[in-house]
Amino acid sequence: MSAFDWLSEYLARLEDEHVLVRHGEAKSLSPAHRLVLDAEDWGMAGSVAAGMGCRWVGAWGDPRELNVVVRVCLEHLGDYLVIETEVPLSRPLLASHTPYFPGANRLERHLRDLSGVAFLDHPDRRRWTRHQAWPDGDFPLRVDYPAAGRSHKRAQADADYPFAGIHGGGVYEIPVGPVHAGIIEPGHFRFQAVGEEVLRLEARLGYVHKGIEKSAVGRDPGGLARLAGRVSGDSTVAHAWAACQAMERAATCNVPPRAAILRALFSERERIANHLGDIGAICNDVGFAFVHVQCARLREQWHRRSAELFGHRFMMDAVIPGGVAHDLTPEGAALLRMDHAALRQVIEPLFDIVDDHPSLDDRLLSTGYLSNADARALGCTGYVGKASGQGFDVRRDNPYSPYDTHPVTVPVETAGDVAARVRVRMAEVRISLSLMDQLLEAMPAGAIAAPMPTPQSNSVGLGLVEGWRGEVLSFVRFDAQGRIARFFPRDPSWFTWPALERLIQGNIVPDFPVCNKSVNGSYAGQDL
Amino acid sequence: MFRILRQSLRTGVVTERAPACDDAELERLGIELRRQIGEQFAHSLAIRQVDAGSCNGCELEIHALNNPYYDVERFGIHFVASPRHADALLVTGPVSRHMETALLRTWRATPSPKLVIAAGTCACTGGEFGVSYASCGAVENVIPVDVKIPGCPPAPLDLLRGLLAAISREGRCRTGVQLRARRQPAPPQTQVL
Repeated sequence: MSAFDWLSEYLARLEDEHVLVRHGEAKSLSPAHRLVLDAEDWGMAGSVAAGMGCRWVGAWGDPRELNVVVRVCLEHLGDYLVIETEVPLSRPLLASHTPYFPGANRLERHLRDLSGVAFLDHPDRRRWTRHQAWPDGDFPLRVDYPAAGRSHKRAQADADYPFAGIHGGGVYEIPVGPVHAGIIEPGHFRFQAVGEEVLRLEARLGYVHKGIEKSAVGRDPGGLARLAGRVSGDSTVAHAWAACQAMERAATCNVPPRAAILRALFSERERIANHLGDIGAICNDVGFAFVHVQCARLREQWHRRSAELFGHRFMMDAVIPGGVAHDLTPEGAALLRMDHAALRQVIEPLFDIVDDHPSLDDRLLSTGYLSNADARALGCTGYVGKASGQGFDVRRDNPYSPYDTHPVTVPVETAGDVAARVRVRMAEVRISLSLMDQLLEAMPAGAIAAPMPTPQSNSVGLGLVEGWRGEVLSFVRFDAQGRIARFFPRDPSWFTWPALERLIQGNIVPDFPVCNKSVNGSYAGQDL
Repeated sequence: MFRILRQSLRTGVVTERAPACDDAELERLGIELRRQIGEQFAHSLAIRQVDAGSCNGCELEIHALNNPYYDVERFGIHFVASPRHADALLVTGPVSRHMETALLRTWRATPSPKLVIAAGTCACTGGEFGVSYASCGAVENVIPVDVKIPGCPPAPLDLLRGLLAAISREGRCRTGVQLRARRQPAPPQTQVL
């Protein structure tokens, strides 16, 4: 089925509900189609989309002088649709999509906290990204809000956030964080447990909110790429690529084929590094240090090679607007081929052990089960979705260069437990290794960057990239001077954090670390 | 079991004798670190790492300190779970305003004399994020800082250099890590904006 099939069906259903589509086009936010709707039809548009089985990809507000433009991205069968509406600042009210898409919950609250659009029938009226750094009624993304803020006082701890409680005989609470016991990002987890069993987990994030969306305003394309590379340090290539893709589409810049292949090479290297680290850490969390040490060793070698060839251990700032910052010499390519062969040889016996070691099986099988229905309802992508039967992968389902000519196999599991997420990661390491060999083989000669044309005033672009955690979305709007007026990066963690809350239910408290690591949501990527 | 033993034996020991680097000065760095920790901290330096708003890049490199290549525990450095057990705080990130109070409380909970090491460009200067409605910028805007380790993120070797600088005067001269005069413990001045 092609995009037009379900789009016409969607339009027909909207018409049945007397929803007027003001404007529709397929150009400005390509590859997505764009539909402009009236604010009063917003809820119906979400309801119809849910009825057709769309996945809710993200929402972001774009405050202007007098109104706030709200956009929601939807995906179905690999095709993207952006619906758009605007609400006046004098009456910034909109129907919520959360009743139809549970995954929309926190993004809508984030949108409300920062842009000041109230979602009328939102089932959760609590703040999300806002703690105590700015008061209720201040909306930092509004045009008239100073980037430096209005308050100079110390921000108090957000001590009175109303967590949902469970009452009953023998129920107790475990508060954890924001400062955790390990070398981890900050966040707060509130467990309600009986004995060893977790009845409920509620995460409270937003601790590392540092105003990325606001500090993007006024940057030039290069500056935005640097910022995007620091949305989530472990996904620096994915976020930088998505942001650059969005800017390049907005400014109609054609990235040279060699640069596209190098970007994919960086991105697959990032995927392998993170998967190796996490496979090891998952095993370590159940006391199997052997795999942890082996994987840490392989990962260190991998980072050293990245530093040697691409100037940075995590390849930060390697993706720049128009192309990439580092070329690969033939000697470098030969080294990489050797690395790939060596890694393939080492991981086979290692992954074999991970796959069927009885003590690992005992701890990982059936632990942290996420049902296909939950993964689907929340819109999980990446290994969390793939381990629960949701096989979406941007590289395959809406391929961007160079994946349009280098198809990717997507591993899908249905067991939904920690072991399945480990298996998906192991499969992705293997697939990425052979993909990188193909990419090296196919690398054409030529430039590694094209000059960025000056974007037109108000031009917009959408970047969609498959990072190692899953689908990364990036939205960019330029102002009249060719600088950034709005940047919104949506990390896949927005949907995997709620998945963690579901998959931990019924597990024992001591299994939380391994469940958490198997999902490994980004705090920084979610808090922005 | 045999597969595990075979893999371990075949891999051998990859740990590098001193922090891995080609230059001989750094060879001495690890030995120096161990000597200083031995003299000043009874062979054990306990560090509490606090992410006060970083992008997680610095955390990856701090994690790498524990991988078999660097294996900092052999120098007597270990990461502890509570500030009450710590000799030093290793703080990353620009301090987000939402972490401001948490960082301050962690600092207060650390027994004196407490070393504070700001790791990463954001922790040193605010980096890409600077000071804003949501960010206090550099760590020294919230708590007194003894040593700064720049880098985005600082590589594991830079971190080791910084740690040495934090505990040894000689190390400070040798490594060129930015250091600021040790302040007397005083109530921290919050300087937002």
